[in-house]
This record gives sequence, structure tokens and C-alpha cells, in this order.
Amino acid sequence: MGSNMAECHPVAFRWPLKARTDHDAVLMHVDPRFTRTSAACDVHVPIRAGSDIVFLGAIINHVINSKRWNEDPFFREYVVNYTNAATLVNPEFKDTEELNGVFSGLAPNGKSYANASWSYQRNAAPAKGKGGLGPFSDLLLQQVPGRPKTDPSLQDPQCVFQIIKRHFARYTPDLVGRVCGCTPEQFLKVADTLLNNSGRDRTSNITYAVGWTQHTVGVQIIRAAAMLQALLGNIGRPGGGVLALRGHATIQGSTDIATLYHSLPAYLNMPDGRKNHETLKDFILTEAGPVATSYWGNYPKFAVSYFKAQYGAAATAENDYGYNYHPRITGDHSHMPMMLDMAAGKIKGFFVMGQNPAVGGQNARLQRKALAKLDWMVVRDYFETETAAFWRNSPEVLSGELKPADIKTEVFFLPAAAVAEMEGSFTNTQRLLQQHDKAADPPGDARSDSWFTYRLGKLLKEMYRDSPLELDWGIKNLAWDYDPEPKEVAPWRIKDEPSAYKLLKEINGYTVADQKPLATFANLKEDGSTICGAWIYTGVVPEEGKNNAARRKPDDWISPNWGFAWPANRHIMYNRASADSQGNPWSEAKKLIYWDPAADSGTKDPAGNPVKGKWVAPSGEGIDFQPTKAPGFIGKDAALGFDWLSGNDAFIMRPDGKAWLFVPAGLVDGPLPTHYEPYESPVKNLVYQQQVNPVAKVWQVNGNSYHAVADPKFPIVVSTYRLTEHHLSGTMSRWLPWLAELMPELFCEISPELAQEKGIKNAEYVTIHTARGEIQARALVTRRMKPFTIDGKKVHEIGIPWHWGWQGNAAGDVANDLVAMVGDPNVSIHEGKVFTCDIRAGRKGGRI
Amino acid sequence: MKLSRRKFLKVTSGVVGGGVAAELGLLGVNTAAAAAKANKVPIKKGKQVPSICPYCAVGCGQIVTVSDAGEIVDIQGNPDSPINQGTLCPKGSATFQLVKNEERWTTVKYRAPGSDRWEEKPLDWAMHRIAELTRKTRDANFNEFQDLPDGKGGTVKKRVMNTYALASLGGATMDNEWNYLHQKLMHGLGVVYLENQARI
Ligand code: SF4
Repeated sequence: MGSNMAECHPVAFRWPLKARTDHDAVLMHVDPRFTRTSAACDVHVPIRAGSDIVFLGAIINHVINSKRWNEDPFFREYVVNYTNAATLVNPEFKDTEELNGVFSGLAPNGKSYANASWSYQRNAAPAKGKGGLGPFSDLLLQQVPGRPKTDPSLQDPQCVFQIIKRHFARYTPDLVGRVCGCTPEQFLKVADTLLNNSGRDRTSNITYAVGWTQHTVGVQIIRAAAMLQALLGNIGRPGGGVLALRGHATIQGSTDIATLYHSLPAYLNMPDGRKNHETLKDFILTEAGPVATSYWGNYPKFAVSYFKAQYGAAATAENDYGYNYHPRITGDHSHMPMMLDMAAGKIKGFFVMGQNPAVGGQNARLQRKALAKLDWMVVRDYFETETAAFWRNSPEVLSGELKPADIKTEVFFLPAAAVAEMEGSFTNTQRLLQQHDKAADPPGDARSDSWFTYRLGKLLKEMYRDSPLELDWGIKNLAWDYDPEPKEVAPWRIKDEPSAYKLLKEINGYTVADQKPLATFANLKEDGSTICGAWIYTGVVPEEGKNNAARRKPDDWISPNWGFAWPANRHIMYNRASADSQGNPWSEAKKLIYWDPAADSGTKDPAGNPVKGKWVAPSGEGIDFQPTKAPGFIGKDAALGFDWLSGNDAFIMRPDGKAWLFVPAGLVDGPLPTHYEPYESPVKNLVYQQQVNPVAKVWQVNGNSYHAVADPKFPIVVSTYRLTEHHLSGTMSRWLPWLAELMPELFCEISPELAQEKGIKNAEYVTIHTARGEIQARALVTRRMKPFTIDGKKVHEIGIPWHWGWQGNAAGDVANDLVAMVGDPNVSIHEGKVFTCDIRAGRKGGRI
Repeated sequence: MKLSRRKFLKVTSGVVGGGVAAELGLLGVNTAAAAAKANKVPIKKGKQVPSICPYCAVGCGQIVTVSDAGEIVDIQGNPDSPINQGTLCPKGSATFQLVKNEERWTTVKYRAPGSDRWEEKPLDWAMHRIAELTRKTRDANFNEFQDLPDGKGGTVKKRVMNTYALASLGGATMDNEWNYLHQKLMHGLGVVYLENQARI
């Protein structure tokens, strides 16, 4: 669901096809459009864009009330041991069922939630722990709360399972028919196939892409899938899981080692002026306090090692490891508000590297106009992208709305090296780091991205070298020493590329005293004796000179010696759940890791006798659990991390060790997925009185107007999407003759019914418009698109790929000119997969 | 249970070929023979350097072939990769044209404020100018403290050590090492408008 895998991740799609041939897998595609993926699947169920939570919620309802789920002991054993189904929730909690579509805790202005009422019921806090763990850990230990209260019979009305049962009771096949627009029979086929292919001997996987993320309820759609998979026992097991198909070569790497405003590398939060983050101690207690009984109990080690990596020798215990000089965020500085602040003239200088917001940005017209407000901009790319050329020939310049003479932006275009022309690593969508070697120097003045940032840093550090000012401490003391060894650059013309190896070694981490790489993140310290850029990558450089991302020994299953899967070469996370509560494989067919009571653990008891029992994985898979913790082990109450977690707490990154069916903290729009209509929708919410996600991010500014619910001026639903032959905003494809020829022109997919209503003929031009913009495209009238009947009303959908801009060998209008800036409240992604528009025959300006 | 290579190609060739081949495959046209042949196309002679496809997140392995003169002459799928077993989709197959492309710019271009044209500039000049602009913009717009909501309806002076005048937007086809280096420099400077394609 939410993915056109055959088109957008074609080579990965070979594997589900192989699963069908080898293991009789059934492939089902639930998507508004009939795509190349639908054509290759056994089942295609069309649902209206933005109705996914109704579909998934109804599967949850169907599953937990089914005979199979209630009679096969597998499901109960998995759910009671590995999820929070049994946990009791605060009696103050009120569900959407009681409050007409919102949860308890909504602020009086309806714009934000306080989540106190979503919390667990807990036993009394334990007697204070002994300490001696380290300066920050000892403080964390004082905060450990009592264990959550549970009812393993799942009968207590306040237990998570009963709350879920009530919450989804109204999500019936009939409701699916009314809201999603498919038939109840189509729905039941999907639900039963999933149910029947989950259990001890079989697992099912749900795969998604941005078709699920680009919504004002994006995070909650994915949550619904994760809940369903947890209820079906499909997490942590081979063939199971919820797989995100991410779009770019190392988009996972850019998330892990975040160049994102809210995050430090490896999922530490960014210091925030609005929180209690005054000192490093405050930062650690605020961020790690609520999660310290998970593996995040090691937060102090991760954080101190990060600040040591940042400021090197200048970071000491006395100066809080430089924490005082590190920037703090103070609000939402993500892509959309960034461009809005740029449009308002607040941002002066802009680095754009390998991105093309003039085409790829949401409400791209507004983003192009924002570029004209800058003092200066640096673009690094291969070709003269639309972003680089906005001042010269953008639609706004050609229409006379902007004049080059009035655009004061100083623009630099710096040519970039191609991947084959530099050494480095990518992290793919499976968390696998893979090294690419350098094959040749880049041409002319083209340089790697790392070269640019390294060189810029060197020049700036030189400028601030003698500054006595506090505000310059951070740049002055930034540890910045990645000059290559002579042998690294010996074969090349360009001698000043930074050393990719030194960078990866710092990301991996090493000891301060002898500069030796850390083999595992278990060796990190909170006393400043270790440096580590991103703890989740530790192990990629396990010893000096060894790069596990460059391992290239495949096998025919997990291939543990091909690249390096973070964390610690674990390919399937939470894989403790691949064994039952006793530690035995659930079945021979689904064996992955299991407890071997006879194996030598390698440890000794206090009397010096060898201790028996450890987790083993014949496939070579990394074990995502404490290797010698027995299934029956009971965790200590006054403890952090692994010491708190018990032998069945498979979900080691959760502070209760359980997969969260109900989210007590961490989401800003509710503990359970709930159907809200897209921000722009032709229909009223048929599930609740509450129309849209009450806390969705909305920017009511000039140039970003929204359409009303069921607005007669914009009756048609539109989705934007991608094609096999192009990449994103087209920078890496529209200039390539082969790809430009394969897919030369922008088109719009339209159903024959809509074409007839609007007098549109196949292959002729149509104009599509919204309150934000207007574009023209060729009509592709196809039966792949079908109108939906939603509660008796006909709803048309059209689809538009968004790869085109005015530059390159395949030019066309910018589909993102149509899109509004409106976002998911958890992650600030926009709603590009569903909004409303109108369409008419003919080109812009009335030509045919 | 094991699928022979031949049968596997038959099943998957439509996808491997992508595009039109995919549709032919789905229409029941047997493209296995063509695909098997395509797999035998000899990789051009030269040094073979392992690489990764620069496009999507599947992470297909590639082999870059370099001539004796040091020129990249070919890019194909890496048959050893357990991810793609030598296959590539249309984008991956076109990677060579991303490297060798007449329209690729290989010198620095500069557009002065208000100008209607690009000028060519030396790389070193541009780097110094960019560093100088970065410093000036930062220094003129740096905040050590800021009044922020105290949660009780008032405000409180908080340390922020940042600048709102600089922004950075990166792509997601750039190395992990660059991401690390870049976040480090931006945090060193106090930049908080730090974003990446990974957001969307
Ligand atoms: S070859 Fe195609 S599927 Fe493979 S990584 Fe490249 S773009 Fe993705």
C-alpha cells in the first residue's frame, strides 16, 4: 500500500515476485491507481487516496474478532509477550469514540495535545538504585519509574487491547465500502489473506513508500500498519515487518546522520531552547529520562561521545563538553517553514546541494519566489537546475512577474562530482551501508560534496582562529582534521579531497587515548574518553583499516558479509521476537535466532563455572538482544537499559520492551490512528465529526491558499507520483538522453468517465489548476483510473508525475506548483499524495 | 524450493528490463531469452571498480569500468550484489550518461546581483567569496540569547547560540560522510535551518 514498487523500486520488486514463485506468496496491491505494481500482483484493490486508515483499521478490527486469531495460541503468545496489549492505561484517557473524533488532552484552542492522560498506569517507583554507573547515568537512575501495570488476560477495560477493540469497532467492511470506495468483498479478500498468511509458519510483510508518508496523517497511517503487523505476530521475524521503500541512494543515511533540523546524528534530539535543555545534564535528563529503561539508557554515552566528536580536545567535563556553544532550535525549522521564512526575507544565505526546490518543493512557485529574496545562494549540482536558473528563465521571470534586474540574489553554481568519481558510503532502504569506490577524478572544477564542505570549513576556521568571542567558540574549536593520507590520493589529480576513511572512522567512534576504532557501541563511555559521531553506525569500522561497508561476500540468504547493516549488522530488528517466549523458534520455516540452553555463553558465574545458554543465529544474522540473557530472565526494577529489560522484552528500544499498539508518548496527534479526511477533500468525514487532523501543520499565508471541504470549484482529487524512467525533480534524469527519450513529456492520468464529462481527448493538452498554481500536461485517458463512489457521491481522481521542469532535455510544467504547504504534525511532511484541483481541456491561456 | 536462474529470469525479466519490457512481460510476452542475452553482454575492458547506484534506495551494486587512460567507459550492474544480482532498472542502466554528459557543467558559474547572465569564475575565488559571505551573514545575525515562552504565558531569556539567516538544503543521494561533515559544520556555525530531502 502507498507504493508503486514495480515502478519506483523495480529491482527490489524482483524479490516479492520470487517469493511468489518459491514460497507461494500472494501479492496484494491496495492503491488508488492501477499501476505497474497492480498489474503484477494477484489482487488489486482501488481505494480513494487518503482513506488508508479506514482500510487498515478495519483489518485490525476484522483480525482481532476473527476465529483464527482468537483460537490459534500463537497470536496470543506473541501479543501478550511482545506488545503492550496487556498494559493498563491511565483511567483519565478518553478515546475518539467518546470525544467525537479527538483524544483527551486537546488544548482549548484545538491546536495541540497534552499527553498526560495517554500514560500508563504504573507500580510505585522502585527504591533508588545504587549508582556508580557514571555522572549522568546515576542521575537517570534516580528517575526510573515503577513498572507498567498489566493484565495478561487482556480483559481489563483499561488495557490497551480493550481500548483498541473499542476504538476500531466502527471500522467495519461496510464503512470501508462507504469511505474507501472499494467493495466489502474486496476488503475481506485482503484482510483474510493477510490473516491466513500470518502465524507460526508463515509471515506477511507490508511495504509502503511516500504514498503513505505524504499526508497530514502520514505517521498514523504507518502506525496503523505497524499495529496490524504486531497483532499478527509479523514483526522481528523473517518475511515480516513494515518495510519503508525510501526514494534516494542514501536517504536513510541522511536521516541516520541527520542533516535535518530536529535531530543530531543517530537519533539524538537537537538541543531545543523551548525545553529544559540549559545544561548537558538538563538535556540528557529531559531526553533520556522517559526512555532510560530501554537501550536508550545509554543516552549519556551517545551524547557525550557526540559532543566529543564535535569539539575534540576542547570538549571537557568542565565545559560540559562544549554543550553551551552548540546551537539550539526554537521552533519548526523544517523545509516548509524554512522556505516561508525565506519568502518573508528572514533568510539571507542559502546552500542548496543536490536538491532542486524550484521543481521538487511543495508549492514550488512560492519556493522559487522565495529564492529571489535571498542575498546569496550556492547551488551544487551536475547541470543547470531550475533552482540555479530561477533568476534567468523561471515561469515568473518569463511572465514578467519577476525581473532579473530586480533579483538581488548573488548566485554561485559549483559543479559536483558524480558518485563514481568519489569514495564514500550509502545507506540503503534496508539500513545497509555499502561503500562505493572512486573510479576516476571528476572533470574540471567538479568536486565531491565532502570536498566543498571540508574546504568551506577550513576557510571559516581560519577566519575565526583568533576570535576571543564566546559566540565563535563552536566554529573555532570544531574538530576539523580529515586531510587525506598521501597514499589515499596518490592515484588522483585532486589531492585535497577529505579522507572518507577518517570520516567513517569518526562516525564509527574511537577511543581518545589511543585513537583505536570501537568494535561495538557497548564500548562507548560517558566520561569523555570516547569519540563517536553516530553510535548506531559503530561496528562499520571495527578495527583500524577495516571498512565493513566495503565487504563484498554475498550468500543466498541474509548475506551478513555484504556491506554492514546498522545496528551491529542486524538485518531484522527486534529479532528476539523470531523466537517464542521460551526462546524456541516459532517454527522450522521461520527460524532465525533462538536460545540454545546448552551453548557456552562465554561467561562465568561468581564461583568460576562456565555459564550455559546463549542466543544463536546460524544464518550469521546479528542478534538484536543481549546475547546471554535467558528468555525467563526478570529485569531489575531500579536499573537502566538492558538491566531493566526482561528476557521477553524483545523491543529493546522501547522503555517497556514492548511493541507499542498504543503510544503513551512521542506522537503529537494521538496515541492511536484515527481516520481524518485529507486537508483538502471533496467529502465530509464519514467516521467522525472532526473533519481533519486537528493538529495538522497549516500555514495561512499569501500564495498558499487552501480549498474548502467539498469546494465546488475544486471537486477533483489529485495525487502526484513518480515514474521508473525519471528521478525526483529530474536533475539526475531529464538531462540524460536515454531517460529523456523514454519519458519525454509531462502527462496527466484521467479516467474515461472524467474525460467524457470534461470533453478531454487522449493525448491532447489539459490544464490543471489549484488556488496555488496552474499547469498544462498531455491527457492520458486510461481505464487504470476509475472514479470512486463515496457515500453515494461520485469522486474523480487524477494522477500527475512530478519530474518535470523547464530545464533539461525533457521539459514540462512543474506539478508541485499545484501543491499546498500543509503538513503532518509529527514530521512536517507535506500532503502531496492527496489534494483537490480542477481540470479543463486545452492549454494554459486557452490554447488547444 | 530453489528457483533456477533461468526460471527466475523468466519470472522477473519484465521488471528487470523495466519500462516497455515490463509491460510486455506482464502481457505474457516471454522476454527471458532477451534478458538472458543481455546478461551475457561483455563488460567493456578495463579496470573494474565496485560502486552503488546513485538513484533510489534499493542500493543496487554497480561495476564502473575504467580504461587504461583513466576514463570511465561503462557502468553496469554488479553480478555479485545480493540485492540486484547484476540487474539494473532504466535509471541505474543510464548512470553512465550522468557521468559522461555534454551538458554537465564542470566550471564555476557566477551570477552577480541583478545581472542577467552567468560568468565563469575560478573555483578558489568562489570558495573564498562564499566563505566570506557565510561569515558576514552569520556574524551580522547571530543570537546568543533569545526570549522564549516560559510555558506560563510569559517569556524567559534562553541561550540559543544560533543564526536564522543561513539555511542549508541537501539532497539524499550524497554520501553518509558528507552528511556527517555538513551537519558538523552547520552546527559549528549555529545554523538551525538545516534540512534534507529526507524530510519529504
Ligand atoms: S538500479 Fe534502479 S532499482 Fe536499483 S538502485 Fe538504481 S534506481 Fe534503484
